Amino acid sequence: MPAVSKGDGMRGLAVFISDIRNCKSKEAEIKRINKELANIRSKFKGDKALDGYSKKKYVCKLLFIFLLGHDIDFGHMEAVNLLSSNKYTEKQIGYLFISVLVNSNSDLIRLINNGIKNDLASRNPTFMNLALHCIANVGSREMAEAFASDIPRILVAGDTMDSVKQSAALCLLRLNRTSPDLVPMGEWTARVVHLLNDQHLGVVTAATSLITTLAQKSPDDFKTSISLAVARLSRIVTSASIDLQDYTYYFVAAPWLSVKLLRLLQCYPPPEDAALRSRLTECLETILNKAQEPPKSKKVQHSNAKNAVLFEAISLIIHHDSEPTLLVRACNQLGQFLQHRETNLRYLALESMCTLASSEFSHEAVKTHIDTVINALKTERDVSVRQRAVDLLYAMCDRSNAKQIVAEMLSYLETADYSIREEIVLKVAILAEKYAVDYTWYVDTILNLIRIAGDHVSEEVWYRVIQIVINRDDVQGYAAKTVFEALQAPACHENLVKVGGYILGEFGNLIAGDSRSSPLVQFNLLHSKFHLCSVPTRALLLSAYIKFINLFPEVKATIQDVLRSDSQLRNADVELQQRAVEYLRLSCIASTDILATVLEEMPPFPERESSILAKLKRKKGPGNRPDIDDPRRNVNGNTEHSDNKIEATNKGSPPSFTDLLNLNSTPPAGANLLVDVFSDNSALAATDVSEENFSRFVCKNNGVIFENQLLQIGLKSEYRQSLGRIYVFYGNKTSTQFLSFSSTVTSPDTLENQLTAHAKTVDPVIEGGAQVQQIINIECVSDFTDAPVLDIQFRYGGTLQNIAVKLPVMLNKFFQPTEMASQDFFQRWKQLGAPQQEVQKIFKANHPMDTDVTKAKILGFGIALLDQVDPNPENFVAAGVIHTKNTQVGCLLRLEPNAQAQMYRLTLRTSRESVSQRLCDLLSDQF
Amino acid sequence: MQFMLLFSRQGKLRLQKWYVPLSDKEKKKITRELVQTVLARKPKMCSFLEWRDLKVVYKRYASLYFCCAIEEQDNELITLEIIHRYVELLDKYFGSVCELDIIFNFEKAYFILDEFLLGGEAQETSKKNVLKAIEQADLLQENIDFQMRLFAGVMVPNMASESSGLFQN
Repeated sequence: MPAVSKGDGMRGLAVFISDIRNCKSKEAEIKRINKELANIRSKFKGDKALDGYSKKKYVCKLLFIFLLGHDIDFGHMEAVNLLSSNKYTEKQIGYLFISVLVNSNSDLIRLINNGIKNDLASRNPTFMNLALHCIANVGSREMAEAFASDIPRILVAGDTMDSVKQSAALCLLRLNRTSPDLVPMGEWTARVVHLLNDQHLGVVTAATSLITTLAQKSPDDFKTSISLAVARLSRIVTSASIDLQDYTYYFVAAPWLSVKLLRLLQCYPPPEDAALRSRLTECLETILNKAQEPPKSKKVQHSNAKNAVLFEAISLIIHHDSEPTLLVRACNQLGQFLQHRETNLRYLALESMCTLASSEFSHEAVKTHIDTVINALKTERDVSVRQRAVDLLYAMCDRSNAKQIVAEMLSYLETADYSIREEIVLKVAILAEKYAVDYTWYVDTILNLIRIAGDHVSEEVWYRVIQIVINRDDVQGYAAKTVFEALQAPACHENLVKVGGYILGEFGNLIAGDSRSSPLVQFNLLHSKFHLCSVPTRALLLSAYIKFINLFPEVKATIQDVLRSDSQLRNADVELQQRAVEYLRLSCIASTDILATVLEEMPPFPERESSILAKLKRKKGPGNRPDIDDPRRNVNGNTEHSDNKIEATNKGSPPSFTDLLNLNSTPPAGANLLVDVFSDNSALAATDVSEENFSRFVCKNNGVIFENQLLQIGLKSEYRQSLGRIYVFYGNKTSTQFLSFSSTVTSPDTLENQLTAHAKTVDPVIEGGAQVQQIINIECVSDFTDAPVLDIQFRYGGTLQNIAVKLPVMLNKFFQPTEMASQDFFQRWKQLGAPQQEVQKIFKANHPMDTDVTKAKILGFGIALLDQVDPNPENFVAAGVIHTKNTQVGCLLRLEPNAQAQMYRLTLRTSRESVSQRLCDLLSDQF
Repeated sequence: MQFMLLFSRQGKLRLQKWYVPLSDKEKKKITRELVQTVLARKPKMCSFLEWRDLKVVYKRYASLYFCCAIEEQDNELITLEIIHRYVELLDKYFGSVCELDIIFNFEKAYFILDEFLLGGEAQETSKKNVLKAIEQADLLQENIDFQMRLFAGVMVPNMASESSGLFQN
């Protein structure tokens, strides 16, 4: 099939592409593109109607330009026109353009939906497929709204062609992913499950993906799929390779479908029915057996496809975590792969074994491979494979092999890539703590960590070692001796100085009996490092010095001299100066008893979750390997479930993460640095609806509606008649990503029928320092008093943040100002004279009474200010019409300031009592 | 699968397919980052890497890199074979496909991909069925349009790498 005979040669397009390729420079390319854009624009704007072919050609050129990375801001209409062409190629190009270029908030979505609707109804399978592909590619909410109920019908209808069924299934899958709330479950669900029995393997392949997605959301509704999936899988794995004809791939029977079926089964626990269960076990055994057979082909495709199925089967075995023999067989199989010549297989084996290590049935079996894994750490040339080896060592570590593994990781750390050092440091620190029998080993390990990779030792790690030393008196003397020795090195890392300063300050007395480490020697040693350290470390050392004064009265004079020196007492840094001044004073005036009380040894810390563990969890991010401290994956759940549990607990008790984590980089003033380290931080779980800035938006449309330490939310809104659009800007104030970010609009019950608010989805990740925009479309159906609420959720670090903000959508936003003459005004004023039409309020001024400000507020309220209507020039008179979808409500307003009394009288007349009342309430708050 | 990118050794993007909603800006950023990361890798390295919270599976065919981003639970090896099957489909359709075919017939590359993968999942894995669907579509248009020679008179500059078959490396 040579290329030249293919398709709808568009000569103009080919010429254009060649031109672009001939461009010698970026400038030349841009010039050529601009020329082409001008040409296309003039063609589209020209009087002469373009024929379909030309339209297609130009649209295709625009598409090409877009794909080169340039912005395209026209041509959408022409592309939409192509949809209604009855020529297939034109339609096809139209759809392609839309799939690639149209984003969900396009104004053209209605026209596009119309084109799609026609093609879906055409009963021409080729056209139907084009339309379904387009929905699946764009996947917007508007499309879901328009088609989510039609597609299930097409999918299960008896007379639908196979290829259309396939497209419909995956189209529905996409809609279900983007707008699950819009895909209705119904009687079709049962029939979808039966597609697993379909004769056509392509249909089964597509349907399995759909069912998996649906089963993840509502497992109970799709339970019947288990037996069908097992039956299907069983038929595939036992078939001779030729049985499945074109679905056999390099001698492997339907590998894609097999993988998908095994994936579907991972939505469920092992089948309860014994027969079904044994049939599934047989399947899994067959797959494991096949791995031992000689390959049917030398091609890598054969082994990849075969192993893809094998790895998925192992995933299922691990997920079930119930058949010891299968688990051990899986482990042995992976063990073989650990030494395979294919890097890919070694990588996957390490990865898979990591999860096996956490099963009680296979943990021991995994441990037998320790030497191979350590060897991988030393010899693998690819850093991503070495990373997997580190992960596996971490996962297989227990009391029996901790010393060996920690030693290997430490020695790997000396040469490890910078990108992964911090993680290794954390892992070593955790393992050393978790499996320490003798704490001298623990102290040695951490000091080694600091020596080898000081720059990558985060604060959590050195905080933790101090915590542990303080809590265990059997190790305090050893720790003091060891840090003292480590500090002898001519160049030592600042982190070591911190640990040394802290520990000697607390426990230096335990080694002071030895003349080689007498108090003066200790002090001189610490002070020799002082001038090379940063401000926070110096501050810590000053605290250690005052502790020395308490521990060793004999060095008091020496230390006082140091504190008294100009470089301390007049230090340019306020923090250091203050400490020097205060400590000096304290040492001079306080009696020994008071000193001993103030500077007493730190009390033990309450046992909490290790801060390092928390840090590692955050580093690994959500949904990652469950190998961190989850000794066993919960049987039926995927990892997501357990994550949710963690979130839930965190939300309830924020301090569990805060022990050492939230220290400011400069410690606060005072003698209590050693305590400050452990001060807690503010918890950020704000779930109450924030409305503090709400009323500030009554007379304006733009500004900041919410702000806390993490997030800033700004608004820009525009309204026209009964419609409104709010651009919400979420600014991440931190330097860390927000993950799983979502933001939805909810309305209190009564409001639901009065106001529709629809928020576009936002990107789930907001990078540190970045801002993302969300559009909310609003329609006012009838008058209302409540306001919708913006519910924001995201994950920052390890914790889920919930924020709710009352959206400033008020009735007055739907004002259209109305100009009218004095006479008209009073005539209407009289017409609206019924008592229930008028609402009046007299209230005290909360702000200075300034005419210009008042005018600006009334204009900002959205209503027209009428000059020379009221006989009293001090008064303000205004008129406007509230537009709702159902009706329009005319509104007249009069505001009478009384400067002497600092009071206002506000009168509103409208044809509707509720409107008068609401407007009066809103406006009277503003003055 | 979250997205698929095809790019050349020089880092030029030849095809992009996104199965998750992202802004153009975000797409450009991802593309830039990923192209750099993948091009920096050495030949014998493994075909998988962790990237952000996704797994990236890539493979090089002659001058072109095929690169897919999948989720945590997705199967790396079968993704590798999705890439291969797609290359086979292109090869069969164009007749020993080369990068130039994809440049000049980018729309066809998209159509074939849509028949094979939809919503990020394999829709039809039978080579025969996919090609049949594309041929039927081609047939539909041949009845309407006269064929034109795509390359007639516009021979492209000689870039050996782009015109070497993807399967001949």
